[in-house]
Amino acid sequence: MRDVYIVGLGLTQVKEHWNLGLRELGANAIGSALDDAKFDSAECLYVGNMLSGQVSRQENLGTLLADEAGLLPIEAVKIEAACGSGGAAVRSAALAVASGAVDSCIAVGLEKMTDVTADVIAAGLATASDQDFEAAFGLSFVGMAGLLMQRYLHVTRRKRDEFAPFVINAHKNAMTAEHAMFRSGVSLEQYLRCPMVASPLGVFDAAPVCDGAAAVVLCSKQALKAQHRPVRIAASAIATDTIALSARSSLEKLLAAETSAGKAYRLAQCAPGDIQIFEPHDAFTIMTALSLEACGFAKPGTALDMAAAGAFNADGALPICTFGGLKGRGHPVGASGTYQIVEACLQLRGEAGKNQIAGAKRALTQSIGGHGAVAVTHILEA
Amino acid sequence: MQTASYFRLEGPFLRLEGQRCTTCAHVQFPPRVTCRACRGRRLEICEVPREGHVMSFSEIASPPAGFSSPLIAALVTLDGGITLACQLTDIDSDRVEIGMRVEMVTRLISETGPEGCLVYGYKFRPKLA
Repeated sequence: MRDVYIVGLGLTQVKEHWNLGLRELGANAIGSALDDAKFDSAECLYVGNMLSGQVSRQENLGTLLADEAGLLPIEAVKIEAACGSGGAAVRSAALAVASGAVDSCIAVGLEKMTDVTADVIAAGLATASDQDFEAAFGLSFVGMAGLLMQRYLHVTRRKRDEFAPFVINAHKNAMTAEHAMFRSGVSLEQYLRCPMVASPLGVFDAAPVCDGAAAVVLCSKQALKAQHRPVRIAASAIATDTIALSARSSLEKLLAAETSAGKAYRLAQCAPGDIQIFEPHDAFTIMTALSLEACGFAKPGTALDMAAAGAFNADGALPICTFGGLKGRGHPVGASGTYQIVEACLQLRGEAGKNQIAGAKRALTQSIGGHGAVAVTHILEA
Repeated sequence: MQTASYFRLEGPFLRLEGQRCTTCAHVQFPPRVTCRACRGRRLEICEVPREGHVMSFSEIASPPAGFSSPLIAALVTLDGGITLACQLTDIDSDRVEIGMRVEMVTRLISETGPEGCLVYGYKFRPKLA
């Protein structure tokens, strides 16, 4: 397989974009990424998205965005892996270039969520889970995260307030991130007093509903230009686990996340200690803890201890959520995996502004769908 | 839930029908195409135990459309080791504890609206003495 480089980055601010629909969000991000790469077009386009059929009654997103971005007759399809769709689109793009089938490819992650009511979004998110045997019994998407969190608290003998450092850190990082949804901090007191949505999971344990799109342009070594600041994709890996939460061999461990991270470390020939930045799938605080442990950044049951000691803050041993993560930057579900990769590239290029982590050479991003049913891991190198 | 899919799910929903693998004797719930233990596809219907204990639970503040409040979601591990997702009933959330004994009952699960149907299925309640 050939080396693959990320040479173009594009993103929109994450927020409630009342005046922008799917096509504007997606095509703007694609245009920005192509401009950044100084490419007129690419050979193919992968669109990561989860909810367009339900929220916007629009599928065939490959063609929609190829058309809107002025890229016809480019090869273009939608890639769906629930909340991991954005990461999965980059994985497909990386495969296309690595295989030698194409020399350049665009991956865009895109989600439009705020056109509909909370009920519609809740039903949409639940499609990531086992519809017949879990969602059909009233287990909402946040409810499943509540079940995971309750179990983790029970097994590790922790208290809910020990998850607060993840939230405080994410929001603190988002304050200086121009594209983030929330530019205000959250205090420990605010976290402790927030209402429960699925006990023991409170509203501040969950990432917000929002709109956004982020895109990357990938190319082969031959297609690199002198003015590029390439970031190499050292590893790209996807793994799956049971779609039903109840069928998992352990609730305290994300097996798919562990497997895909393990594959990624082998591909990149590195270990957790060689990573300087981690962008986790912090859709819920419990997912941050489980993802940290699955990727080998914390031993099982110890992620909260390390968080309390500040290990994951901007000045800690392993900064996470460096632009606010899903919690602070926002979680337009099918776009989040692509935002993570754009943000990691900004860090590795030294273009992260006030959010820059000094000297970062290698970053790991992990995009997860269906509470660990599918996990996409990327390792990126400056 | 659509009427046709409810029809397909009647066995597991109303009778807690799972499967026994004729190759390796593994018992699983819900029914599926392949055996989780040996990937065999020769599976016969069998009922699974109707008692077990709460493995995890969560009170969902805003239940999905069609479900009534309060909604206590749970993962219940049946005697013998199968875990399933369900709702707890006949109990307040502040009385629920991980490890408590529960038993299956048949209850109304959801009302899907004009184009759907009344969905009945299993819930679990504290085991009666």
